[in-house]
Amino acid sequence: MPLDRNQLAKRAARELKDGFYVNLGIGIPTLVANYVPAGMTVWLQSENGLLGMGPFPTEDKVDPDLINAGKQTVTGVPGHSFFSSADSFGMIRGGHIDLAILGAMEVDEQGDLANWMIPGKLVKGMGGAMDLVAGVKRRIVVMEHCNKKGESKFIPRCTLPLTGKSCVDMLITDLAVFEKRGGCFMLTEVAPGHSVEDVLSKTTAKVDVAPKVATIDA
Amino acid sequence: MDKVFASPKAALEGVIRDGMTVAVGGFGLCGIPEQLILALRDSGATGLTAVSNNAGVDDWGLGLLLQTRQIRKMVSSYVGENAEFERQFMSGELELEFTPQGTLAERMRAGGAGIPAFFTKTGVGTVVAEGKPHMEFDGETYVMERSIKADVSLVKAWRADPSGNLVFRRTARNFNPMAATCGAVTIAEVEELVPLGSLDPDHIHTPGIFVQRIVVTTSEKRIEQRTVSKG
Repeated sequence: MPLDRNQLAKRAARELKDGFYVNLGIGIPTLVANYVPAGMTVWLQSENGLLGMGPFPTEDKVDPDLINAGKQTVTGVPGHSFFSSADSFGMIRGGHIDLAILGAMEVDEQGDLANWMIPGKLVKGMGGAMDLVAGVKRRIVVMEHCNKKGESKFIPRCTLPLTGKSCVDMLITDLAVFEKRGGCFMLTEVAPGHSVEDVLSKTTAKVDVAPKVATIDA
Repeated sequence: MDKVFASPKAALEGVIRDGMTVAVGGFGLCGIPEQLILALRDSGATGLTAVSNNAGVDDWGLGLLLQTRQIRKMVSSYVGENAEFERQFMSGELELEFTPQGTLAERMRAGGAGIPAFFTKTGVGTVVAEGKPHMEFDGETYVMERSIKADVSLVKAWRADPSGNLVFRRTARNFNPMAATCGAVTIAEVEELVPLGSLDPDHIHTPGIFVQRIVVTTSEKRIEQRTVSKG
């Protein structure tokens, strides 16, 4: 079975380290916050101006002045701070954030990422995504392996307008995990019940296969 | 000189004209100068260039000025919450300059700090860098971005004193401090006006030199995504 949204988030959470400052994108990446291992301190940065983001508030604690980058009402954990957008993107562009986990429409074999626009169809904007992929130390993409038509989203060359060039360090899909090693992606893990051949048959990007491919602990 | 005005309408008087550039604080609907935006709509000014991270929603924030076709051009990073925006842009009625969020904040900050342009890695290799000068620094490629200066900036703060010192509240700060610095005239909509000398000077976010006009309003503070936990 392909991983579900929560299993994807759980796998991505294994990339967290104690003391990390992390920015989570909207959608599946947001769910990663639910799988921070017990005893580990991870500071979640929300690019609208909050470091130390906490869970959603209880009804009596809802504050319109306290939201995350997805415009959802949130809370702060003890030690959280507020700051301006310039300071926030100073953290991001200045290389102070350890890890960004983002969604994607397409990733290609060079590590190029497209996740902000479909010409003629969808005009939403890049928000902070271009800043994140240009400035954060490590960038992990979490996405479904194939689109609704069953076509690979991990492809030789992105067809959509790019968010960033050669910026994806790791790709976690509902079928497999790929790590960028020396300019090329390597298949390192497959979802339970899926073979390497099965994953490769659904991947149009050229990838290497690790000598030992593990099964994702879902 | 008294910086405090009696109403949003009065605070805009004499500084609004057709075709001007207006920088507006806020992220989503959080920390937007909502009553000043209503007054700007009622002023009837048209052909505006609005510099704002977002474009409001269809019936609130800058979305109101899109409905009335008062905005000619938007400079924004994300406009996904606004169907009318998308419609006007797709039909070519509205000009749009997409700017990455960090670049937008920095362009406003630089505009207010007398820096005409700066270099950033953000956007290199993408459409936002097309046609712009590039430069190598320490082996990496950067793109040059121009700063932004506005004719008028509209910001929202929590507290002000009569000298224009501002304190923002929680994540409602966002783009407001940068917007305040890049406006030739900056107008602040605030929830509370406190006596001169009562704000702790160590806790002032925007010093009064950046603020020319102040108006006290009651904010609706609409919420886009009301998410709660059961506790």
